[in-house]
Amino acid sequence: MEQSTKRTKALIAAWTAFVVVAIYMPVACGALASLGKGRYFTFPIRAWSTDWWTRTMDSIEIGQLVRTSLLVAACVTVVAVVIGYFGALAFARYNWLGRRTFQKIVLLPIFFPQPVLGLALLLWFNAVGIPLSWQTAVVAHLVWIVPVVTLVIATQVYSFDPTLEEAAFDLGASRWQVMREVTLPILWPGIWSGALFAFLLSWGNFPLSLYTTGADSTVPEWLYAKMVAGYTPMVPTLGTMSTIGAALALLFGWIALTVARRRQQSGG
Amino acid sequence: MSVADTAPPAAAVAPAAANERSLKLLSAGARCSLPVAILLVLGFVAPLITVIAYSFAEPRSFTVFQTFTLANFASIFDGANTVWMSFAWSLALAGFTVAALAVVAYPIAYGLARLFGRWSGLVSVLFVFPLFISENVRLYGWVLFFIKGGVLDGTLKTLFDGSGPDVLFTPGMILFGMVYVYLPFMLFPMTLGLSLVPCDLVEAARDLGASRLQIWREVELPLAMPGIMVGMLLTFVLAVGAVAEAKVLGGQSIIVITHDIEIAFTYAQNWPLGSALAVLLMLIIAGVTLVALSKLDLDRILGRR
Repeated sequence: MEQSTKRTKALIAAWTAFVVVAIYMPVACGALASLGKGRYFTFPIRAWSTDWWTRTMDSIEIGQLVRTSLLVAACVTVVAVVIGYFGALAFARYNWLGRRTFQKIVLLPIFFPQPVLGLALLLWFNAVGIPLSWQTAVVAHLVWIVPVVTLVIATQVYSFDPTLEEAAFDLGASRWQVMREVTLPILWPGIWSGALFAFLLSWGNFPLSLYTTGADSTVPEWLYAKMVAGYTPMVPTLGTMSTIGAALALLFGWIALTVARRRQQSGG
Repeated sequence: MSVADTAPPAAAVAPAAANERSLKLLSAGARCSLPVAILLVLGFVAPLITVIAYSFAEPRSFTVFQTFTLANFASIFDGANTVWMSFAWSLALAGFTVAALAVVAYPIAYGLARLFGRWSGLVSVLFVFPLFISENVRLYGWVLFFIKGGVLDGTLKTLFDGSGPDVLFTPGMILFGMVYVYLPFMLFPMTLGLSLVPCDLVEAARDLGASRLQIWREVELPLAMPGIMVGMLLTFVLAVGAVAEAKVLGGQSIIVITHDIEIAFTYAQNWPLGSALAVLLMLIIAGVTLVALSKLDLDRILGRR
């Protein structure tokens, strides 16, 4: 019995390690392809160079793409966190009449194929007469990202003790004071994770952007266009850069969260 | 033996008191739900209604809410139209994706819920992170891996003087891409489900002499089922609407339904036909989702006490 449990554990660990390696294999392939000197990718790489990295860095067109992507992601993050915060309270904090229905409706956009949602929004913007630009892309991203952020914050709200709010009210705090001094500090880790999710999901989104950015273009859109026609080593280069950027954002977010938690614990 | 129905009544009493304090037009919960509700009405319901309206518009027209015709649906169901092949491919690929993912993800989910201990946080992050990389970038990485002269081919040539398998741009490759992309959507609900299985129940079953297969079949699987169902539903629905895998890895050897919809909207410039196809796809998805969701208790899965 003991022997076989050990073997099962080892098998599961080995399988997990294998899948993790497989998950990062294409990312590694992209990084390799960005470091070759030639116009076309061949492996093993004969001549290494960082030419394509400098050329991608210097490209004005790509600078513009990155700025558009950052702008969209920043707007999405701010709005999604505010809406998602209240959504999470409705989802998990209060017992109200429509709660169960609300919970299910919130999930629907996540359960919906994004290319179709993007096209539906295109038709809608067209029918109402709103010209497409990065602003309409923000709206499109929000439809999908707000439900995700709501869920992320809601998992934090579930572990939240509502009597703390009650106590603050009983001690004479105003509604605004309770939110600032009690609710927000307790929910802060969830809100921060929600913001990270919002930013990174918007940064990497392609299917929604494709139909809703109009003349503006984001990084994933440009990458796709070049994959289909007109491959240059700048494609894996920019893809790798974008991945590294996302990894740094995640690392930074995680460090900030850990520091904040430590401070909260030591500061009381 | 029900684990589900043990919510302490105290949790229900406190918010009720809060509601009494603010006896306004709407309850506190309803007021908090308003921003999300407004966003979803304007950004989700309204666009879907527009799509439905377009599906009844005159074929190849761009005016909506003015004419009513069933011509678009008639042309889809016409015997000569082969668009049903796209539906069949999408449904089949989604079905196989779900089945493959259940097998691939189960051991990992079990490990995350039970075995990895303090490592499970790091392992989870490793599985979440790819979600933040555009799926086109990741799929293109596989093209670089499998292509002639790519990583696999090049490695085999150098080491064994052989050549890589010619698998790119085949249906099997599309399936592989879908399993790859949707793994996190199966893994995390499954982990959540498995972590709902109380350890002492498994212990008790073991003490009573149940074999490992029996424990798995009679205790673990039924109790973890809500999470597993969410994972299967999520991956099925996403896979039915997937298009990037077929385009990037499939090299358009197969036209999936979402690709057909895109073609109708872009090259063919036939918005009403594209809308009609989208409506049919939405009906399939809505049917599957509503049936599955009506059987789930979200509070229990997400951990409300």
